[in-house]
Amino acid sequence: MDKFTKLTGIAAPMPLVNIDTDMIIPKQFLKTIKRSGLGVNLFDEMRYNLDGSEIADFVLNQPAYRQSQIIVAGENFGCGSSREHAPWALLDFGIRCVISTSFADIFYNNCFKNGILPIVMPQDVVDVLMEDAKKGANARQTIDLEAQTVTTSDGRVFPFDVDAHRKDCLINGLDDIGLTMVKAKAIDSFEHKAAALRPWA
Amino acid sequence: MTARTLYDKIWDDHMVDQAEDGTCLLYIDRHLVHEVTSPQAFEGLRMTGRKVRAPQKTIAVPDHNVPTTLDRANAATMTEDSRIQVEALDKNAKDFGINYYPVSDVRQGIVHIVGPEQGWTLPGMTVVCGDSHTATHGAFGALAHGIGTSEVEHVLATQTLIQRKAKNFKVEITGSLRPGVTAKDITLSVIGATGTAGGTGYVIEYCGQAIRELSMEGRMTVCNMAIEGGARAGLIAPDEKTYAYCMGRPHAPKGAAWEAAVTYWKTLFSDEGAHWDKVITLKGEDIAPVVTWGTSPEDVLPITGKVPSPSDFTGGKVEAVQRALDYMGLTPGQKLSDIKIDTVFIGSCTNGRIEDLRAAAAILKGKKKKDGIRAMVVPGSGLVRAQAEEEGLAQIFIDAGFEWRLAGCSMCLAMNPDQLAPGERCAATSNRNFEGRQGRGGRTHLLSPAMAAAAAITGHLTDVRDLMTETV
Repeated sequence: MDKFTKLTGIAAPMPLVNIDTDMIIPKQFLKTIKRSGLGVNLFDEMRYNLDGSEIADFVLNQPAYRQSQIIVAGENFGCGSSREHAPWALLDFGIRCVISTSFADIFYNNCFKNGILPIVMPQDVVDVLMEDAKKGANARQTIDLEAQTVTTSDGRVFPFDVDAHRKDCLINGLDDIGLTMVKAKAIDSFEHKAAALRPWA
Repeated sequence: MTARTLYDKIWDDHMVDQAEDGTCLLYIDRHLVHEVTSPQAFEGLRMTGRKVRAPQKTIAVPDHNVPTTLDRANAATMTEDSRIQVEALDKNAKDFGINYYPVSDVRQGIVHIVGPEQGWTLPGMTVVCGDSHTATHGAFGALAHGIGTSEVEHVLATQTLIQRKAKNFKVEITGSLRPGVTAKDITLSVIGATGTAGGTGYVIEYCGQAIRELSMEGRMTVCNMAIEGGARAGLIAPDEKTYAYCMGRPHAPKGAAWEAAVTYWKTLFSDEGAHWDKVITLKGEDIAPVVTWGTSPEDVLPITGKVPSPSDFTGGKVEAVQRALDYMGLTPGQKLSDIKIDTVFIGSCTNGRIEDLRAAAAILKGKKKKDGIRAMVVPGSGLVRAQAEEEGLAQIFIDAGFEWRLAGCSMCLAMNPDQLAPGERCAATSNRNFEGRQGRGGRTHLLSPAMAAAAAITGHLTDVRDLMTETV
C-alpha cells in the first residue's frame, strides 16, 4: 500500500448527497479478478454517454478537474455495497482523499486499506472546502495527515480527527495482515478458550 | 456486572485483543464468500504464501454472476468475464479446502440464504462476508456485517477482523402489524424514519412485539436492510422461533452440543438497563404497505401517498430529489398507485425465501399478470426452488405468466443477464433503488413480495390490501 503523508492537489466539488458505490463503480466493472485498471470507469454512468463519449459538464470531465486528487462530497458518501472496487477505482483515477460530513461504514474502512484518506468534517467546514474546490485547478488544497489538517487554497486551516491505528498504517504504508499475524498466539489462545465455551461455533 | 446490550455481549465474547487506542481484534466464527469480492483476496494469499486459517469455518457459493435461466448449465449463457470469476471461485475453494456449493449443487443459491438454510449461521456468532447484505444473518442474534476485499483476505489469513466498536441503536416496533403489512414494510419504514445515514456508526437491535411476532424469514428481511439505513449490522435477540429454525439443519449442533448451545443462546439478550446511544420507536399499527419513489431506500412512502416535490426537502436533499425525480421520470403530486410498471422482480437476499414466495403466490393464485408485463420469480436457493415446486407455488407463478427461474442474485444487481433496459420501470422485492442498480437507466421501486404480485396483476403500483379485500 502507498504511504499517505502530505498531499497538495486539486479538489473536485461533488455536493450531491448519498453518492453510492453503484455510482462510483457500476456493477458491470466488478467482473475483474484484479485490483487495477478501474479508474477509467470511475463514476462511469455520470461520466460517459451510452455511446462512450464524455458528458462534458460532469466535474471530472471538466479541464480544471481532470487531475483531481481530492473529492469534496455531500453527506453519506460511499453508501451501498461493500465493493472495494469503489476505492480501487478512485485510487486508479488518482484520488487519494475524500472529504465529507459522513461516510458509509464499509466504504470508510475500505479506503484506509488502499491508501486513501477519508476525512469527516462538520457541515460548515465542508461548505468552505466545497466553495474553495469550486475555484478550479489553481485552488489546490493541502492535506497533512501528520498534523491532521486541511488547508484551503487561501490558507485557511481546519483540523480533523482520525484514529491512531489507521493513521499509523497510512503514514507507514503498513499491511494489516502482517500486523495481525504477529498476534497469532493470542488468536490461538482465543480459539482454545472458545472451543470450550462454544464448541459448536 | 454492568448491564450490556446483545451487541456488547457478542462483542465481548469474540474479543481476541484490544489495543490502547481502542482498536480491537475480533474473532470471526463464519466467513461467507462469493465470487465477486473474493478473487483478489485469494490472489493476495497466494502472493504472500499464506493459507486460509480456518477453512472449516469458511463457506463459498457463487451467486452474483450466475445466470438464473433454465439453460445455465450451458456455459455460453455466461459472459466470459463472469465465467472467469465463477471458475476462479471453483479453483480457490478447491485449492484452499473451504466448504463449497458449486452452481451444479441443488443447495447453491444466494450466499445469505444458503448460510442460514444450511445451519452455518447460528445465534451469538460473528459472521462476515464481502457483501453488505451480510446484515441478514443478524436475524439470528449473530453479529453479521459486510466487509471489503482487503478484509476478506485478512479474515481468510487470520480468522479475525480489526474493528472499533460501534454504538448501540435500539429500534423498537411496538404492537402488531395490520393485514397486508410485512417485514419489508417495517424495514423500509425504519429507513424512511432514520434516513440512509441514520444508522452510520451504529449496530441496530430491532425489538418490540411486532419483531417478536415475525417469523425467522421475516426477521432476515428486516436485518437484511439494516445496511440500507447505514448501520454496520442489525440484530434480533434469539428466541424459541430461532432455536426451532436452527434445529436439525445440516451444520447446527446435535445432541448434547445442541443442549449446550441453547443454554448459551438463552443468555443472548439486552439486559434491563443497558445503555442505548440512540432509540427510535415505531408503532406496528401505523406501518402501511410502502413503496420507494426515488433512488435512495430512504425515499419511501405508504402506497396511498403521492410523489413528493424537491421543495418538501431541505439542504443537499433538494438537489438529490430533483435528480431522482428526473431519473425516475416522475412528477410531484402524482399518486404512487398511478405509476405504471413494465417489470416485476420477485427474489433477492431480501425477499427470495419460501415465505416470500408463498406471500406472492397467495395474491397471484388463480390470477394472471397484466398483458405486456415482464415478470420473474427467482428463488433464493435451489432448495427454496424445490420446496416451492413441491408446495405448488411454482405452478401458481407459471399459470400467472411469471418466469420461474433458477437461484441467484439475478436482477437485484444485474451482474448477470437479468437486467432492466434504459427507462424500464420495475417493481422489485430487492433492496436497492440506486441509479443504474438493475441496469443503466432502469427505474426501481422497492416493495414487498405481496405488493410486487399485486403490481404484476394490475400493471401499476397497487395497494395489496385492495386485492386482499376482493378475495375475502
